Amino acid sequence: MTETIEKIAAISRISELFTDNFTRIGDGLSDFVNNVRQPALAAFQRMGIPSYKTESYKYTDLTRLFENERFRRSFEPDQFEVSLTDIFSCDVPEFDTHLILVVNGWYDDSNSMNKPYPDGVIIKSLKKATIENPDLVEKYYGKLANSSLDPLTALNTAFVRDGVFIYIPDNTHLSKPLQLINILRSTDDLYVTQRNLIIAGKNTQAKIMFCDHTLMPQNFIINNVTECEIGEDSVIDIYSIQNQHNKTANLTGLYIRQQRNSQLVTNAITLHGGIIRNNLNIKLDGEHATAKVCGLALSDKNQHVDNFTYIEHLKPNCKSNQLYKNILDDSSTGGFTGRIHVAPHAVKTEAYQRNNNVLLTNVAKMNTKPQLVIDNDDVKCSHGATVGRIDNEALFYLQSRGINEKEARLMLMFAFAHEVLAEVKVDQLREMIDKLVNKRLRGEVSKCHSCAMDCIR
Amino acid sequence: MNMLKITDLYAKVEGKDILKGINLTVNQGEIHAIMGPNGSGKSTLANVLVGNTNFEVTHGTVTFNGKDLLAMSADVRAKEGLFLSFQYPVEIPGVSMVNFLKTAVNEHRKYRNQPPLSAGDFLKLMREKKAMVHLDSQLTNRSVNEGFSGGEKKKNEIFQMAMLEPTLAILDETDSGLDIDALRIVSNGVNLLKTPNNATILITHYQRLLDYIVPDFVHVLYEGRIVKSAGKELALELEEKGYDWIKKELGE
Repeated sequence: MTETIEKIAAISRISELFTDNFTRIGDGLSDFVNNVRQPALAAFQRMGIPSYKTESYKYTDLTRLFENERFRRSFEPDQFEVSLTDIFSCDVPEFDTHLILVVNGWYDDSNSMNKPYPDGVIIKSLKKATIENPDLVEKYYGKLANSSLDPLTALNTAFVRDGVFIYIPDNTHLSKPLQLINILRSTDDLYVTQRNLIIAGKNTQAKIMFCDHTLMPQNFIINNVTECEIGEDSVIDIYSIQNQHNKTANLTGLYIRQQRNSQLVTNAITLHGGIIRNNLNIKLDGEHATAKVCGLALSDKNQHVDNFTYIEHLKPNCKSNQLYKNILDDSSTGGFTGRIHVAPHAVKTEAYQRNNNVLLTNVAKMNTKPQLVIDNDDVKCSHGATVGRIDNEALFYLQSRGINEKEARLMLMFAFAHEVLAEVKVDQLREMIDKLVNKRLRGEVSKCHSCAMDCIR
Repeated sequence: MNMLKITDLYAKVEGKDILKGINLTVNQGEIHAIMGPNGSGKSTLANVLVGNTNFEVTHGTVTFNGKDLLAMSADVRAKEGLFLSFQYPVEIPGVSMVNFLKTAVNEHRKYRNQPPLSAGDFLKLMREKKAMVHLDSQLTNRSVNEGFSGGEKKKNEIFQMAMLEPTLAILDETDSGLDIDALRIVSNGVNLLKTPNNATILITHYQRLLDYIVPDFVHVLYEGRIVKSAGKELALELEEKGYDWIKKELGE
C-alpha cells in the first residue's frame, strides 16, 4: 500500500502548491482563466497521477516521476540572456521562418524584436492575450482541452501561467512557417507548465512548427497543452520536433478542432527525450475535413515514448489517416494507442491507422493498441500494427553489393523512418528533419551547440 | 592462379545438408553454366559463395583470387569482386536506387583506396550503364526494386552488375520469367560486360539462355554434387533428354 500512500502524498503536495501560490498563479491573467483553475485541480485530484491503472496511461506510468519530483515551478519567467540568433544558427540552418521563442513556458520578451507579422496575424504571450484580446481568447480557451477527462490537462489548466497565443484572421495565407522554439533552461530542477492557443480563421493557411529543446542538464518536467481551432477551408500543418535530453519528461496535449473542408497535417518527430507522452485529440467537426496524422519516434537507452491519439469523427464525409512509427534501440520502451471514434451520424467516414515498429534489441519493448469505436455502418476503417526487426533479406541484399552491415542497417532504418518524413510537405523542413533523423540514427545526437545533450550522452 | 577454387564444399540450411562435396574451378575469361533439377543445390551454392549467413558451411574450402573467401563477410566478398544476380531480388521500400548505388559504388572505391565519385561523375556513370541494359530511366528514381516488374528486377540486377564491374558474376536463374526481348537485352548486357579478365557463372534451367550467352563449360549439379561436366553441347543434350539419363548413369 506504500505506493498508494506516496501517490496520495504527491497529489496533496501538488494541491498545497496550488493553494499556497493561488494568488501568484492567477496574477496578470483574466478571470476566465483563473475561474477554471479550482475545478481543474479538483478534477486532477479525482483522477490522480496517471499510472498503469489509468486505462489511457497504461503504457506510461507517471507515478514515480511525480512522487519523486521536488522541482521548482516556473511561476515567473527566469531572467536569461538568450540570444535568438544563437539558437537559430545552431538548429535550423537557413530555414526562413517566423521565430517565436518560449523559455521555460514563458513567451520570451526578445520576441518583441520580431518584425511585425503580416495581415493582422497576432502572435503574443497567452497571458497578455487573456487581458488584451479577451474576446478572442475567452471564446476558445479551455474549450477543447477538457480538464475532466485527462489528469495532465487538468493540472495544466490549474497551473497555467503563460505560453503562446496565435491568431490567424480569415483569408490569411502565411507563406513563412511559424516556428515555436520551446527551451528549457534552468540551473535547478524545473517543472514547467505551458499553454498555447492557436486560432486559425476561415480559409487560412499556415505551417506551425514546435521545436522542443533543453539547454541545460537539469531535470525537467514540462506539461505543455495546446489548443487549436481550425476554421472552414483552412490548410494547417503542425509539426513538432522533440529533442530534449534524457532527464526530461515531456508531457504534451494537443487538442484540435477542424471545421468543414479543412485539411490538417500533424507530424510528431521524437528524436530524443527521457519520458515522452504525447496526447493528441482531433475533432473532425465539419463535413469533408481531413486529417493526416503522423509520428516518428527514435529511442534508445532507457527512453520512453508514448503516443496516444484520439480521433473523433463527428460529421459525415471526413477522412483521417494515421501513420506512426517507432525505432527502439537498447532497453527503450514505446507505446502507441490509436483511438478512433466514429459518431452515429458521421456516415461515409474514412478512418485509417497504421503503427509499425522496429525493435533493434531483444530488450526494447513496444506496446501498441488500436481502439476503434464505430457507431454507424457506413464507414471505411482499417487499422494495422506491426512490431518487427530489420528485414534480414534486405540487409543481405545491401551487403551483397558491398555495403557493410552497419551502414546497411542504417540505410534500412532510415528507409523505415522515411515514410513518415515524406509526409512533411515543406521541402526545406523535410530535408532538415531528414538530416536530423539520419544523424540521430548514426548516434550523432543532433543538438544545439549549447545543448545539454553533451552531458548525458 | 585460379580465380575461384571450390574444394569439397559441404553446406546446410536449416539443419538440412544441401551441398555434399562440391568441387569447381573457375578461371579468368571463362563462362560456366550450372544446370540441374530443382532442389539440387544450385541457389544454395550461389548463396554460400556470396556469404549469405542463412547457409552454413560445414566442410571444405573456397579461395577467390587466392584469398580465403569463406572468411570474408558478404560486403567484403562483393568488394573483392564477387557479384550475385539474385533469383528473387528483394524490394526495399524507402531506400532510393540512387542512394543505394552511390553508397555501393563508393564503398567499392573506398576499398580500393579511391576517392568517392563526384555527384556528376556518378550520374554520368549511371546513365551510361542504364543505357547498356535498356533500364527505364524512371526506375532509378524509385526505391530499390519497389514496384518493379519481374523483368525490370532482373534488368536491375544486371544494371547493378554493370555499375560494380565484378570480376566474378554469378547469375542465379536470371533468365527465368523473362520474355524473349528482355532475355535478349539482359544477355546482351552480360556479354558487353564480359572481358578476358572476368568470369561468369550462369545458373539456369534452360538451354535458351545459353543461346545468347555461350558457356565454356556446363556442369550438372545433382543432389549437392557436380555429377557431370562437359562443354556447351551438354546443355543441348539436357534440353533434349532431361536429367533422367544422368540419374541412370549414376546408377539410380
